[in-house]
Amino acid sequence: MANILTVEGLETQFKTQDGTVHAVNGVSFVLKEGETLGIVGESGCGKSVTMMSMMRLIPMPPGKVVAGLALFQGRDLLSMSDAEVRSVRGSQITFIFQDPMTSFNPVLTIGRQLAEPAEIHLNMTKKQAYDRAAEMLALVGIPKPKDRLDDFPHQFSGGMRQRAMIAMSLVCTPQILIADEPTTALDVTIQAQIVELVKGLRDKLGMAIIWITHDLGIIAGLADRVGVMYAGYIIEEAAVKDLYREPAHPYTIGLLGSLPRLDETSNRRLTSIDGLPPVLMAKPTYCPFAPRCRYAYERCWKENPALVTIDTNHRTACWIDTKTGRPR
Amino acid sequence: MATYIIRRLFWLIPVLLVVSGVTFTLMHMAPGGPWDRDPSARQVDPNTQRMLNDYYGLDKPLWRQYMAYVIGDTNSKGEFICGVVCGNLGPSYRMRGLTVQQILFKPPSGKTIWESRFGYSMRLGFMALSFAILVGLPVGIISALKQNTVFDYVSLLIATIGVSVPNFVIAIIFIVIFSSWLHWVPIVPRSWADTTAWLMPGLILGFGTLSRIARLTRASMLEVMRQDYVRTARAKGLAERLVIVRHMLRNSLIPVVTVLGPALAFLVTGSFIIEQMFGFPGMGRQYVTAISQRDYSMIMGTTLFFAILVALANLTVDIVYVFLDPRIRLND
Ligand SMILES: Nc1ncnc2c1ncn2[C@@H]1O[C@H](COP(=O)(O)OP(=O)(O)OP(=O)(O)O)[C@@H](O)[C@H]1O
Ligand SMILES: [Mg+2]
Repeated sequence: MANILTVEGLETQFKTQDGTVHAVNGVSFVLKEGETLGIVGESGCGKSVTMMSMMRLIPMPPGKVVAGLALFQGRDLLSMSDAEVRSVRGSQITFIFQDPMTSFNPVLTIGRQLAEPAEIHLNMTKKQAYDRAAEMLALVGIPKPKDRLDDFPHQFSGGMRQRAMIAMSLVCTPQILIADEPTTALDVTIQAQIVELVKGLRDKLGMAIIWITHDLGIIAGLADRVGVMYAGYIIEEAAVKDLYREPAHPYTIGLLGSLPRLDETSNRRLTSIDGLPPVLMAKPTYCPFAPRCRYAYERCWKENPALVTIDTNHRTACWIDTKTGRPR
Repeated sequence: MATYIIRRLFWLIPVLLVVSGVTFTLMHMAPGGPWDRDPSARQVDPNTQRMLNDYYGLDKPLWRQYMAYVIGDTNSKGEFICGVVCGNLGPSYRMRGLTVQQILFKPPSGKTIWESRFGYSMRLGFMALSFAILVGLPVGIISALKQNTVFDYVSLLIATIGVSVPNFVIAIIFIVIFSSWLHWVPIVPRSWADTTAWLMPGLILGFGTLSRIARLTRASMLEVMRQDYVRTARAKGLAERLVIVRHMLRNSLIPVVTVLGPALAFLVTGSFIIEQMFGFPGMGRQYVTAISQRDYSMIMGTTLFFAILVALANLTVDIVYVFLDPRIRLND
């Protein structure tokens, strides 16, 4: 499968009163056609900023993409004109966001908001665009879609709003769907429904997906490949099976350790990673995870490890071989 | 909604009772009365005074006077004269032969109601309000869109002055600049038939409200700009103009509408001072005169009228709210 998106060396900073926040520090990844890539990591590690930077959606100022490439179908999203990037947004690359309550405009009807992408990207008339909107609502399983077009977002339940959000992102049949923690704000049964819905739609429409989450459990059943982010870096990247079977980075091991397992037989205690993620006020000169890492040795405090291949399709950024517990 | 409006209108009754009661009490607590004159005027001999008091019922106990004003009472000839409940605001104590209604609403013969004191004040108020909205809103919006630029700083500075400096001080500054130095407009206009004469009092009266609107619009735009749904709109690929017009403006207007009710009250009180300063022939100046002359019925009548005006303005705001924000339902 061909690469549809290649991100290389993406760096984003925010100038704030307290100094520069190094939110993303050189993130590289590829996304293949029709593939689902999971991105996991603790809150504040730069998952959203990475995606927003790529689509040039971070507020500038204070934000700035200081380096990097984001090649979509061979064209760099970061250097194309505003009009060009707008024509990609919402049509070929679309988003669903975390909080379906606040992500819809409260004073416009669902129909109005769903019709917008069709009007601007597919040059549909208002009538056609509303028909398209109803069609999409039906696709995501909202009953009597035509009658719901005139509803306002507050008249939808949380789960329905997120369905509507998904419908809106699919209006122009995108090649890439970026889902930024789409289930975090929903309760557990609805979460599962939304995940199943997206899976079904992916199989039907064949788009590639980047699914951002804190929840390794969701990723396991959904993604082909996973990238683990920490402090603005991708610190491990692997096929989903490999990552769960043989996590290589101490941080990933920690994350998986804090995940309850259904097939658990013994009464293993859930572990969590001690310490807090680093403050990103300076680009770290050593491994950003070292302060929380039980394997950390001298070198970890001196040099920041780069992402290296340790197996087919398995890359990690760590000076230690966690299997042996010795330096690589 | 109709039920809601009717209920709100019924609520006006207790409000007006309280307003009139308080005004009545304060008015009678203030020293002096309608027949006490300034030293330059002729004295009224005690006999005449007694006759006048008797005629106007001022010798009766206060509660009875209040009842007479609100509901009505029998006069010296034994006829029942209905009070405010019948829409009768009573005769003025100082402008002989004229009722309060006539003073407030009756235009000079052959003219429309817009030439009455009420008409003059309404036109001035309307001018001030439109000026405040038509300038305040765009300035607030542009300041927010161009946050931290020179335009933003300058307009924020001016608006801050506008909300914190009382309008009579603003008036003096305006008069000094535009009349004394630049000679653009006369200090006291010769005729109010000339529209340019209205500019100064209109602008000054609207300036405070303009500043409030501008500051609030700016703050509310900045708030809206950070909202998730604006990010969603951009992520859909909407052009910036459409993001602003369709997704930001209406949301940012919602809090601004809230101040329009109080803004009208502010315009009303502002008009007392500004009309007085410019010798403007409106209700505000008449009100100030009535107070200094202890023209009891004029004070009561005008106060009630202003109270109704403000109450209706607030009701209008609540109704406009419903149209701006679909989440709001007026519960009947
Ligand atoms: N507008 C901004 N100004 C300053 N700093 C920002 C801004 N937006 C994001 N950041 C910083 O960038 C870093 C990464 O934020 P980001 O939103 O990408 O985290 P995240 O991984 O998506 O977290 P979460 O799981 O909570 O969504 C954070 O430290 C955050 O404080
Ligand atoms: Mg995020």
